[in-house]
Amino acid sequence: MDFDLMINSFPKLLIATLTTLKLLSLSLIFGLIIGLFFAILRLSKNTIFQKFAYSFSYLFRGTPLLVQIFIIYFGLGQIEYLRSTFLWTVLKEPYWCAIIAFSLNTGAYTSEILRSAFQTIKPGLIEAGKSLGISSKIIFYKIQIPIAIKQSLPAYGNEIILMLKGTSLASTVTIMDLTGVSKYIISTTFKPVEVFIVAGGIYLFMTFLIHNFIKFSEKKMGTN
Amino acid sequence: MELLYFGSKGWGDELFIAFLMTIAVSLTAMFIGIFFSIIFTPLKLSKNKFLNFISNSYTTIIRGVPELLVIYLFFFGGSGAIMFVASMFGYNEYIEINAFITGSFAIGVISGAYSTEVFRGAIQSIDIGQFEASKALGFNKYIYFLKVILPQMLRLALPNLSNVWQITLKDTSLISVTGLVEIMRQSYIAAGSTRDPLFFYSFAAFLYLILTFLSMKIFNKLEKTYTRGPNGF
Repeated sequence: MDFDLMINSFPKLLIATLTTLKLLSLSLIFGLIIGLFFAILRLSKNTIFQKFAYSFSYLFRGTPLLVQIFIIYFGLGQIEYLRSTFLWTVLKEPYWCAIIAFSLNTGAYTSEILRSAFQTIKPGLIEAGKSLGISSKIIFYKIQIPIAIKQSLPAYGNEIILMLKGTSLASTVTIMDLTGVSKYIISTTFKPVEVFIVAGGIYLFMTFLIHNFIKFSEKKMGTN
Repeated sequence: MELLYFGSKGWGDELFIAFLMTIAVSLTAMFIGIFFSIIFTPLKLSKNKFLNFISNSYTTIIRGVPELLVIYLFFFGGSGAIMFVASMFGYNEYIEINAFITGSFAIGVISGAYSTEVFRGAIQSIDIGQFEASKALGFNKYIYFLKVILPQMLRLALPNLSNVWQITLKDTSLISVTGLVEIMRQSYIAAGSTRDPLFFYSFAAFLYLILTFLSMKIFNKLEKTYTRGPNGF
């Protein structure tokens, strides 16, 4: 065991953790918006919307995240037309490509989580709202959304942890996140075990925090 | 489409072999994972605190750390660990393990952590009356496990095992970083030499979609066969 290496690499890995956290939080925010949008499409009565939302989630859940990042980072740059639009300023940055890929990926999973949460709401609650003469907009915001959030919390917690692990793939497109820096240190020192312990410890700590935060919010919202 | 011709003109045959390679790695990893879960599930359910601790640390660590990091550990540390063991037996030459073995072992360890959780959940959701009934009937330990618990456990575990299989299948794409020529690696090579990444990565995505679609169909069929009976139970 090389303890010096472990101590020396710790600050470098902590700085890289910031990149990981930035990637994670941005992707989760965008992913939530995308997920909500596609969940609503999935639940609409229009079959074309339903099919579109279903194929979106099927595409992104059925292929590895790595392929998605590579298509966006290496593939989209090939389209000449895109290079001339303002999108190119975003797409030429590996950082934004990774965030786009992560957001779409987590959006697909989130849409499934939200959809099943909306579907498990007892129809009696909505009927009760209607019979009290509450408008359907308010039923949606005040009855359906709060219940759906409660229902989907445990599954969404898992998704956050999966996404945290997913951000490690950003290192394949030259971003120096926690995994990227770990790989760099491993390949220069050839001490994989030591680096794995430190980096893995940081990841585990973050997983632990997320897990407890979700548990805490579940308790606060009174789900069981 | 010319890019997909078989033979020296296109990449069709290379991609086909890579496609088979992905299936081979996924199957090997899944079996290694099930082997691991056969070891760790009993530890998880045992009453011994220490055994519990070992098995819980395995599943928590592997499920909490990115797959890529685990793969790097095995890729860079694998041959070192083997050489260390070999040197204890007096063998000091350099040993290189091939990418297939390292890769499927790394993915297998990850897949094993998920399968362990699945089997634990399945055993715990078997009605406690079943355990009591078989004790009351005086079955010995092995018959009671093989004839009463195992069949019910497999049936309950099947839907979640299907999820583990899908995760394992998609994780194999990460082995491409170690140089094993599976779908992802082959597309990378093809994309590099033809300067057509969009086509090859989209085709790779299509190949993965075929795999996930087919495995979903197969698992649905298996589930139908194994959940026959009263109450679908």
